[in-house]
Amino acid sequence: MGYNCVVLIKQVPDTKRITGEVMNDDGTIRRSALAAIFNPEDLNALELALQIKDKFGGHITVITMGLPAASAILRDSLFRGVDDAILITDARCAGSDTLATSYILSCAVRKTAYDIVLCGRQAIDGDTAQVGPQLAEKLGIPQITYVEELIELAGRTITARRNIGNGWQQVRTKLPVLLTVTSEANESRFAAAKKMMKYKNAMTPIEAERVVRGQMSGVGGQGSGVSETQIKKLVDKKRNELEERGLLIKQWDLDSIGADLSWCGQGGSPTKVHRIQSVVLATKESKTIEPTTNGVSDMIHELMEDKIIA
Amino acid sequence: MTGVNRKGEVWVFAEQHNRQLEDTPIELLGKARRLADTLRVKLAAALLGDNVKELANMLIHYGADKVYLAEHPLLQFYQATSFAKVMTGLIGKYKPQIVLYGATVTGRDLAPRIASAIKAGLTADCTDLQIGDHKAIKDGNLHKNLLFQIRPAFGGNIIATIINPERWPQMATVREGVMPMPEPDVKRRGEVIIEKTELTQQDLPLEILQEHKQPKKVNLKAARIIIAGGAGVGSKENFKLIWDLANCLGAAPAASRAAVDLGFIDRDHQVGQTGTTVRPSLYIAVGISGAIQHQAGMTQSKKIIAINNDPNAPIFNVAHYKIIGDLNKVVPMMIKAIKSVARGS
Repeated sequence: MGYNCVVLIKQVPDTKRITGEVMNDDGTIRRSALAAIFNPEDLNALELALQIKDKFGGHITVITMGLPAASAILRDSLFRGVDDAILITDARCAGSDTLATSYILSCAVRKTAYDIVLCGRQAIDGDTAQVGPQLAEKLGIPQITYVEELIELAGRTITARRNIGNGWQQVRTKLPVLLTVTSEANESRFAAAKKMMKYKNAMTPIEAERVVRGQMSGVGGQGSGVSETQIKKLVDKKRNELEERGLLIKQWDLDSIGADLSWCGQGGSPTKVHRIQSVVLATKESKTIEPTTNGVSDMIHELMEDKIIA
Repeated sequence: MTGVNRKGEVWVFAEQHNRQLEDTPIELLGKARRLADTLRVKLAAALLGDNVKELANMLIHYGADKVYLAEHPLLQFYQATSFAKVMTGLIGKYKPQIVLYGATVTGRDLAPRIASAIKAGLTADCTDLQIGDHKAIKDGNLHKNLLFQIRPAFGGNIIATIINPERWPQMATVREGVMPMPEPDVKRRGEVIIEKTELTQQDLPLEILQEHKQPKKVNLKAARIIIAGGAGVGSKENFKLIWDLANCLGAAPAASRAAVDLGFIDRDHQVGQTGTTVRPSLYIAVGISGAIQHQAGMTQSKKIIAINNDPNAPIFNVAHYKIIGDLNKVVPMMIKAIKSVARGS
């Protein structure tokens, strides 16, 4: 018995910690200077899945779509107790908006067994909260968004309390279901030391190859007479070793999940960016405004020009 | 849906609960009226519910030319699956070019479900909408009269303008409270189109067991502009100044702990260490001395205006605009200046 939970997670730039140091003088952001973190509410979704597993047993799969470096949050999930971690990485995913992202994720989720699909309410880089409901629609299952508390899970029936903005609502539905989870739902647990020891070397095939090539360059590099065929063999060996020890993080591309490319990436995304304007962060400069009609009126005009007032 | 549609109407989803219209559709009608006029098309509201037809006139009074009315006993309580099914049907039948939703919990639950079903673009939490042209970098094609969907992104550090040039309808959710409410015109007449709606229990996968509504709290965290009053405002009656300034900027009214303790305003509005921490684009501190506990909750604001008659008030240390003067004179001056600019545009 138990439940199959699939948790969708995202690696995001830490937009909450934007300080003067990561801002360029023109007000744009040096993204590279921002730490990449586990999207906060995705941790709440993961924690809810772990609590379900603790109580009822079952299996947890985490899936992320992102750059190869997003494997960091998959390892973090393994440290906290998930059973399976999958990275969807493919250059053809680039430029995907929420519709294309939910399509790609739906192809991946369909390849896994699921009773409950969990997402964070929203990601802190886009704050759209759209991928969860879009994914539920693509999977053809009901959604319970803004979940604050799982009240009961009994057989194939789930009861949850959701935030409705000016209050709450308790709803019940049949599995399978998709939940989007808010930060009020729980406090996420820390990584377990034992699991950290076990999974600290867990890696994706891309990372395994990088490790092997790194070792090769260490023993003499390109001129050392190690052929590409030999390197390939060593990479395969490394992958097999990792797999045997349960340390290989699965890596999928758009072909392996059978995605129709016309619905993926930039081409599959209806929304486009027309323009980006930077909001210049507060400077330390300050002005004294005269408490007169003219003083106040000039200030209001300035704020409108700066787009502070619409 | 794929393809271009620049002929259709502009639509607003008329969110209602218990036969009570929310504020967001009214705010949206004000903005959407201007968009529809620019495009020279009709403005319509999509009203779904059970026995809600009396709300149709209200929507017309606030600017709708038409109301598509879908009534069914199974639409009494909102849920995503049933409402998305009906909306998807209406959109397919009448082919609007733009559909707008409030970025309420309901709007954010519903709009993406519809967008996914009809494969349309959707932009979340817009703070402004405009009509404009776009030249595609890829092929140099000029797309005329697109909906510019303007929203903060990246933790509010950038403002992005999003478009959907090649699919329809162009859809967006709009943040609550950012668009001013239009004045109703009770003489306005419009057309109510009654839609035959067929639903079965299968379309309602959720069973709503209980609902508890708290009296509406102010959402300071989501506010782009906050007007906060302190003990210096003097009395609950005089706190009307704060409400007035907030109303004319579409801002959220807030307060320091001192003002809350004095009973000028409800505790839901308190900013500071023991209240809400806020980071709006503009924070106007009126008659607030600026104790460190208050500062802890508001110094992340992008721009801060402080109005205080004490030149040594600590609030001036964090203010970008310092106005040393009597708030009873300065606040009305600000209201007047804002109104005159608004009339000018």
